[in-house]
Formats: sequence, C-alpha cells, structure tokens
Amino acid sequence: MTRNFSRRIALTAVAAAAIGLASASAFADEKVNLGVSIPAATHSFMGGINYWANQAKKDLEKAHKGLKITIKTAANAPEQANQLQDLSTVTKINALVVFPFESAALTKPVAQVKAKGAYVTVVDRGLTDTSAQDAYVAGDNTAFGKIPAEYIVKTLGGKGNVVALRGIATTLDNERMDAFNAVLKGSPDVKLLDAKYANWNRDDAFKVTQDYLTRFKEIDAIWAADDDMAVGVEKAIAQAKRTDIKIIFGGAGAKGAVKTIMDGSDPRIKADVSYSPKFIYDAIKLTAEARLKGEKLPATTIIPSVLITKDNAKDFYHPDSPF
Amino acid sequence: MPPPKLTESTESTHRAEARPRWTERLRAVGPVLGLVLLCIVGTALNSDFATVDNAMNVLTRTAFIGIIAVGMCFVIISGGIDLSVGSMAALIAGSVIMFINWAGPAFGSPLLAVVTGAVLAVALGAVFGLAHGLLITKGRIEPFIVTLGTLGIFRAYLTYFADGGALTLDNNLSDLYAPVYYASLFSIPIPVWVFVIVAIIGGIILNRTAYGRYVQAIGSNEQVARYAAVDVDRVKIMTYVLLGVCVGIATLLYVPRLGSASPTTGILWELEAIAAVIVGGTALKGGAGSITGTVIGAILLSVISNILNLTSVISVYLNAAVQGFVIISVAFLQRGRR
Repeated sequence: MTRNFSRRIALTAVAAAAIGLASASAFADEKVNLGVSIPAATHSFMGGINYWANQAKKDLEKAHKGLKITIKTAANAPEQANQLQDLSTVTKINALVVFPFESAALTKPVAQVKAKGAYVTVVDRGLTDTSAQDAYVAGDNTAFGKIPAEYIVKTLGGKGNVVALRGIATTLDNERMDAFNAVLKGSPDVKLLDAKYANWNRDDAFKVTQDYLTRFKEIDAIWAADDDMAVGVEKAIAQAKRTDIKIIFGGAGAKGAVKTIMDGSDPRIKADVSYSPKFIYDAIKLTAEARLKGEKLPATTIIPSVLITKDNAKDFYHPDSPF
Repeated sequence: MPPPKLTESTESTHRAEARPRWTERLRAVGPVLGLVLLCIVGTALNSDFATVDNAMNVLTRTAFIGIIAVGMCFVIISGGIDLSVGSMAALIAGSVIMFINWAGPAFGSPLLAVVTGAVLAVALGAVFGLAHGLLITKGRIEPFIVTLGTLGIFRAYLTYFADGGALTLDNNLSDLYAPVYYASLFSIPIPVWVFVIVAIIGGIILNRTAYGRYVQAIGSNEQVARYAAVDVDRVKIMTYVLLGVCVGIATLLYVPRLGSASPTTGILWELEAIAAVIVGGTALKGGAGSITGTVIGAILLSVISNILNLTSVISVYLNAAVQGFVIISVAFLQRGRR
C-alpha cells in the first residue's frame, strides 16, 4: 500500500484518536504480505535457518488471518538479488525479512525493495548502507569468538597451545576471529599456533585437523568454531589416537553438540556458544506482528550469544530441527 | 588411420612398433616430476611432511578423488565429461546411511546391513551412470548438459532427504563400519589398498583390452570408430557406468570416515577429479590418456593442500592461488603437441 493511501485513511479516520492509534488502525484492516529471502540449505546451519523460517510461516499464518508469508531460498548472491526483484514486482510484498548472502552485494537490491514501500528487516549480516533497511536482527558474532576464547583460557588455567579452524573468508568470520584473538592477547601464555580455513565443512575440518596433528605435537585446545566442523575434528583426533587435546569447542549450538553436553558423554566437549538459526524465526515473528499492528521495530535487535553448559543445555535443544 | 597410442610410461613394455618419441615420454614424466618437486618443497618447509603417517593421511584422503578420477579418466578419454560425481557421491552416501540405519534393526544383523549397504552404494552408482549413458547416447544430449542437470538433481534430493541438515549413521552401526576407512592392512590403510586395486584394474582395462582401445578410438575420432564397426553407444554407456561404479566404491569408503552425509558432502569433487585427470596428462578433448598420470595427478592435488596446512609461510587467503600456480606449472611441464 502506498504512503499516500495510508495518509488518506489516517486523515479520514473519524475517531479523533492519537495519531499513532490512527495509523495503527489503518494497518489493522490491511494485509501484511511478507517475503522471506534466505540462503538455500547448503550446510546444516542453513538447514536450520530454512527449518525455522518454515516453522515461522506455519505458526504465524495460523495465528494471523491477514498475513501471507512467501519464502524464497537462493544458492548465491546474484540469485538472491533476482528473487528480491521477483518478491517485489510479482509477489508484491509490503514487508521483507532478508538474510543476505553478502553484505555489499545485496545492499542495492534490498534498497530497491525498500524504495517500493516495503518494510525491510535484515537478519544476521548488516548491509553496507544501513539506510536500505528499517530494522536489523542479528546473532552476536563478537561473543561467538569471545566466549570460546574466554572459556579456553579459563579452562586451561591461562597456559597452553590452541589451534583454530575458520569458516569461509567473510566479514562475519573475521569478526569472530578478531574477537577470539583479542581475548588471547590478554593471556600471553595461551598460544594460538595457527588458524586455517575449513569452510564450515566437516570433511575439510577433518583434513585440516589431521595436518594440525601432524604438525603440532602438543595441542591443548581446538577451537572448531562450528559444531559441524567439530565433528570432523573429533574424528581426526580419534584416528590419530591423540590424548593431549583437552578441549574441543564448537559453536552455534547444533543439536548433536548440545546433546553431548547434556549427556556429558565427551569430557572434551563441555561447553558451546549459542548462535541459533532460530533467530530467523524471531525476526519473522517480530516483523510480521509489528507490521500487522502498523508498528516499527527497534533499529537493531541483537540476539545474544551465550555460553551453553550442562546447566542450561536443555533450553538450546531442539531435537526436531535439522540443526 | 593412426592408432591411438597410449602414453603409459610406468610399464616399460612398450610394444616394439610403438617407438614413443622422447617428448611423449616427457609428457608422462611431467606429473611425476611435479610431484617430486612438491615433495622436496614440502620437506624443506616442514620435516613432518616426510613422515609415514603424513603420507598415509594424504594417500587415504586422495583415495576418494583418486578412485573417482580413474573412472573419470575413461569418460574423458572417450570424449565425454561428468560434472555430477560430487553430488552423486553425496546422494549415494545419504541413501546408504538411510538404508543401513533402517536395515540394522530390520535385518537383525548389523553386519549384514553394512555389507548390503556397501553393495547398494556400488549398485546405485552403476544405475546413475547407466542413466547418464542412456541420456547421452540414446537421448543424444551433450554430456555437459546431462550431468550439469543431474549435479543439481542429486544434491537437491540429498538435501531433501536430510531436511537440509545431516544424515548420520547410528552409533553401533558406525563403529562396525568404521574399520573400512580407519583400519590398515600391512600398515597401509584400507582405502589406499582399494585405490591401488581400482587403479590397476583401470589401467588393465584401458591398455590391455579391446574395450580400452575402443574408448580411445572413440575419443580420437568417433566417426572413424563407427565405420570400424565399434558399437559406439555401448562403449560410451559403459564408460559412464564404470564411472558410476567408481563413485559408488569411493562413497562406500567415504561413509565410515565421518559416518554422516550433509549437503556439503562431496562438494567440488567433480572439479578435483577432472583436474586430477587433466593434470595427469589426459587431453580434455579425449582420445588419449593415462591412468598412472591420473593417479599421480590426484595425489599431487592433495599434496598441495597438505603442504599449505603444514606451514604458515603463505597467507591463508592465497591458498587457492598456490594451487592454481602449481596446477598450471605441472600442465606446462607435460604439454604435448596441441
């Protein structure tokens, strides 16, 4: 709906209520046609994102009559840009929740959707130009790197050798690594021996860990930086029959890792850091419900990453999710 | 009509009338020379490189790509291509895991379930290969297009079966299956043995059988092969079936490694397999090629990333560049008359 139209309704509202109420009631009779654009399920975490997006569609469409949700998944940035165009011109969405592939490449396409009058919520990766979005909902990448580093330093008693695995070369990965390094700076006796890319992929993590184990005779902790990669790390350690590694710290709170923590089945995996794909559910819910009432979201909502241990693990366990 | 000549250098049993020119010999030596140089560099950078354990790690890793590359070698020599092998491996892995998880309780014998699962892997590979072959020959569609299509189809189905997450073997079944990847025979890991056996059989088929000569003949000139009464369609279909079987074998070795398959399983394996074949001295346009070269090519590609992991000399951002430089250099060493 155009801004003019809403203003006209607002002006012709008979009840001389507060302006806020007037605009709210104007929207209340309107339908929210919400588009969701997310990356395809190319690895477990994105599988989780897809699962939670579809859950949100199921729950919210049942709860609200005037709400229609269209979910599109893309395999890469250009495809996502095309889908945003389609959502805007064919589906004629008036609200958008987008999880951009890349910050820079998607900034313009998202801005174009906003220019057509849709309300835009960006999830996880901020755009390079924040004027292209109305609201931003994100996981906490700084905490994602900081919490494991603090845990490792504390558990090792401030002394030991650490190796790290990295995801794919992205700003998000750099943020996590920088936060990790910043904590290690404070304890000079905890040495980061090396950090190599393993592409958030179990197989690559297996290979990189094999080579770490060949290269370094003394490793106290491995920061796998992702629960999927931690699977490959464990297998490589088992194969090399190494017993010196005391900590394997993953990340994101995949159900397998959370279950391991709950059951206490691996003495090396006693903690994890949350970065649940469920935040896409929250973002869709917040956006849809705000728009149904004609309200706005706060400019930035950070879904905090917290330390998962045996005490709180059950709050992070979603056995039905693929992640 | 010039008979397509093999450029195998390892067997010195060149037939007398072959008289391979020294340039031809150099072509076959190119990848070996590249591999030797790389190993020298690797040892210089890190003494751990030249340990038996590291060599076994690298060879075991190479086994998957290597086995697939042996099958790919036949397809490429016959003038075809298969872009779907990575996705095929992923789908087979997922299907086998689902099957074993179901069959374990259903058969009442975990061992039987695992063995049947392994057989299923090879059978599925053969069926997928047959489908490719039929679409390409009887359907007369370009192999590039057929396999580009199935690349998407296979991976999408795996993602669908796994709900975008991972398919994981049940624990007790996984322990039973694990030795297939982790065990050793005479201190050489099982996958390496399988790799060697597959390569030897591939070499024999390519160089010592009528079928192998037909494959090469079709690759150098399909029309001439037709006039010479070669059943071109059947030979071509068989190359894709062979490749499918190789993917099946690689997958049944792969599944016990992590005991899981996810949408990232086998990603880009097709390019690695094709690169191994080409680096090994097989022409992408077909006609002539070498299994030995392919094996060396596959090992060479793994060694590059292994060396990069064992050193911190080069920025991690440049890893792909180093691989690119090495591949081009090796190809330069063994360039033939084009």
